Amino acid sequence: MRLKYLLSVLLAAGLSTAAFANPYEMTLKNGMRVIVKEDRRAPTAVQMVWYRIGSTDEVDGASGVAHVLEHMMFKGTPNVGPGEFNKRVAAAGGRDNAFTSRDYTAYFQQVPKEKLPEMMQLEADRMRHLNVDAKEFAQEIKVVMEERRMRTDDNPQSKLFEQMNAVAFQAHPYRRPIIGWMNDLETMTAADAKAWYDTWYVPNNAYAIITGDVDHKEVFALAEKYYAPLEGRPLPVRKQQIEPVQEGTRKVTVKAPAELPVIIMGYKAPILRDIEKDSDPYALEMLASILDGHDAARFNKKLVREDKVALSAGIDYDATARGPGMIYLHGSPSEGKTVGDLETALRAEISRVQKEGVSEQELKRAKAQLIAGQVYKLDSMFGQAMEIGQIEAVGLPYQKLDRMLDKLQKVTAADIQSVAKKYFNDDALTIGVLDPQPLDSKPRRPAAGSRH
Amino acid sequence: MKRLLTAAIALFISHAALAGVKIEHWVTPSGARVQFVESRVLPMLDVQVDFAAGSMFDPEGKSGLAALTRGALDLGAGKFDETAIAEQMADIGASLAGGADTDRASVSLRTLSAKEKREPALNILKSVLHAPLFDAAIFEREKARTIAGLKEAMTRPDSIAGKAFWAAMYPNHPYGRQATPESVAALSRDDLAAHHARYYNAANASISLVGDISRAEAEMIAEAIAAGLPKSEAATLPNAPDKPKWSLTQLAHPASQAHVYIGLPAIERGNPDFFPLLVGNYTLGGGGFVSRLMKEVRDKRGYAYSVYSYFAPLKQTGPFQIGLQTKRSQAKDALKVTREVLTDFLKDGPSDDELAAAKANLTGSFPLRLDSNKKILDNVANIGFYGLSLDYLDQYQAKVQAVTADDVRKAFARQVRPENLITVTVAAD
Repeated sequence: MRLKYLLSVLLAAGLSTAAFANPYEMTLKNGMRVIVKEDRRAPTAVQMVWYRIGSTDEVDGASGVAHVLEHMMFKGTPNVGPGEFNKRVAAAGGRDNAFTSRDYTAYFQQVPKEKLPEMMQLEADRMRHLNVDAKEFAQEIKVVMEERRMRTDDNPQSKLFEQMNAVAFQAHPYRRPIIGWMNDLETMTAADAKAWYDTWYVPNNAYAIITGDVDHKEVFALAEKYYAPLEGRPLPVRKQQIEPVQEGTRKVTVKAPAELPVIIMGYKAPILRDIEKDSDPYALEMLASILDGHDAARFNKKLVREDKVALSAGIDYDATARGPGMIYLHGSPSEGKTVGDLETALRAEISRVQKEGVSEQELKRAKAQLIAGQVYKLDSMFGQAMEIGQIEAVGLPYQKLDRMLDKLQKVTAADIQSVAKKYFNDDALTIGVLDPQPLDSKPRRPAAGSRH
Repeated sequence: MKRLLTAAIALFISHAALAGVKIEHWVTPSGARVQFVESRVLPMLDVQVDFAAGSMFDPEGKSGLAALTRGALDLGAGKFDETAIAEQMADIGASLAGGADTDRASVSLRTLSAKEKREPALNILKSVLHAPLFDAAIFEREKARTIAGLKEAMTRPDSIAGKAFWAAMYPNHPYGRQATPESVAALSRDDLAAHHARYYNAANASISLVGDISRAEAEMIAEAIAAGLPKSEAATLPNAPDKPKWSLTQLAHPASQAHVYIGLPAIERGNPDFFPLLVGNYTLGGGGFVSRLMKEVRDKRGYAYSVYSYFAPLKQTGPFQIGLQTKRSQAKDALKVTREVLTDFLKDGPSDDELAAAKANLTGSFPLRLDSNKKILDNVANIGFYGLSLDYLDQYQAKVQAVTADDVRKAFARQVRPENLITVTVAAD
């Protein structure tokens, strides 16, 4: 049966739990899991190895070490010299890279399918045998500082976001930037990176995802060969860190060279922990889609197009994370408007949902977009591996991805109105404002402006 | 005309399991070029329509016209207002995308292929291409947003460096002219309508379709798109750009990092030096983590997170560019190392090992260039728009394999002459 027919059956059945074996999964005796999603569209394969370790596991004074170690993972083992990893992937006709988030660190290669065994061998080698050489570290830490300058220090909006999180979270480690504070990078040593590696880079803290034109049985055999000999080790206990309840609005201003003011309003929001029992995160996701899911969604239609109070306005909410959640409203005011005007307008839109709810038409539209998105996502093998990796990283089973979609499809207009009333609460609000500064002596538009 | 990719790929892939990416090409009765790849695996369809209507066609003093015209197309067209377009697309899970660059203005559609989804989506696409309204009030709103965006860009060191770099490379060619708040402020709604009427025509269009439809359906869709376009002629190109004289532009900025660009106008699309330059540049700065620039600037000295070089062939002579960002106090040192790497490469070209590594990656990674509908669409749209030969993809690996070290040296000697190099730094001490 061709995939498209399978899919239409699936979609017609309201995306009920798939009864297919694909993806396939096994657990090695050292505790490492291997997930294989066969997709025979083209003769290529993706390997991703995910470690359940991210910046949230760092401690004060060592912020950024998870990401620095990610850079060091390309600096060699006794078998593979510094820089050799990239060279071998390139020689195989592949592309590789890695990324670090608050919750996880992941490494990937995209290769012609016959090169997959070599990639698994390489990835297994650096899982337990990395050299953290002091000389290599001394160069690489400078690269990371340049990365921080590029991504954050010279990017006013990133800086605002960094500062906002540092204010919104006081106890929880989400208050620290993933890339680390500059001073922590300056004082970091090779020994810090080595200690991080030794503690967390073990097979029982990792899982591999392979998608593409592969046979899962062959991939399992390769995993037995390369990953299974690596010894597991008990991990340190990770104590749960709970952010105390916020008891009043917080405000932070960042001054930086820029033209346009920016406002971000971040509210503490729930995270999906129990796929069956939780309901609010699903309703908030649908609310976000109704407010900002397409060009005529409420924010763009009302704030940008009709009232012209904003040059842009959006909402960001991620229902999955290991730590606490936030829902962010953000935008830049139009010429002649202030961030205060935009704040009032954003609040008015939330208040409209609280009072009047959303229409069935809007809800239906958001659900149609979700269904189509499920087809489009299959166009990317990398995207399919990412989806599995991310959901597993927060401790939810990938087998329930379809069930989550099902739950989203069941959200009602009343559910949305109810979460709008529950979570957009001033006491749980942090407001961040970018106050643009002139590059030279020319005055800029004022960012400040009283509300109401 | 039907050509099979399978044959070329089978030379390099041990299990030639690729079902065959077959590009079909024809010209519609109205005169638009069409590229079609039938792909039945997923129930979706991608359509991209490219017009020679990019910023190179902005009249002098009206820079920003092409971009604003493209941006306004889907803000009201035919019987649909801007809200109806966005809502009806969302209702069927479809979306419009695209934009304008120096050469082309593009409108692309992604939709589910089921008839009841695809037909309303295509109807909106046709209205957007055939009958944009360019409503005066919406135009004023978008003009204000564009001006605000340009003012913001003028505060960013990377944007400032990029604009100065293009202006210095192309002092007497439209590629060097860029939108400013003033040039956009001077545009009128009628300028947009005139740009659309002049350039969004069938002779100027390349239509690419990839997805779950038959050849017969593709023919009908393509002709329906082409037939309703404004009647006009293919665009005429300005004179090709001259090579500029060596120059160094240093601009002040309070940023913590300096942005450094080095380059010159190098080759146009279809230039026979393309493959030697592609293969050679892999070693110089194109090969991601394994290039000489990466090794010398990042790995050995820790000067930069990102350092790269590339050739971007355009309709007319497109740039060769090296770029990096580094702490402002070490910009001079980083620039010196970068120039040394370039000079050495121009002198000696790649070593045998480097040449072999470049070929291994460029040929070996070929399947990764075609493993999704989106990637196939990007490739065939390029082939169609730039008039590359239809066997471009079939020939790609063989042409890479045929390049010698001598070819690389000679091509670089022809196209990257030190006396023509432009350097721009922003925020360097």
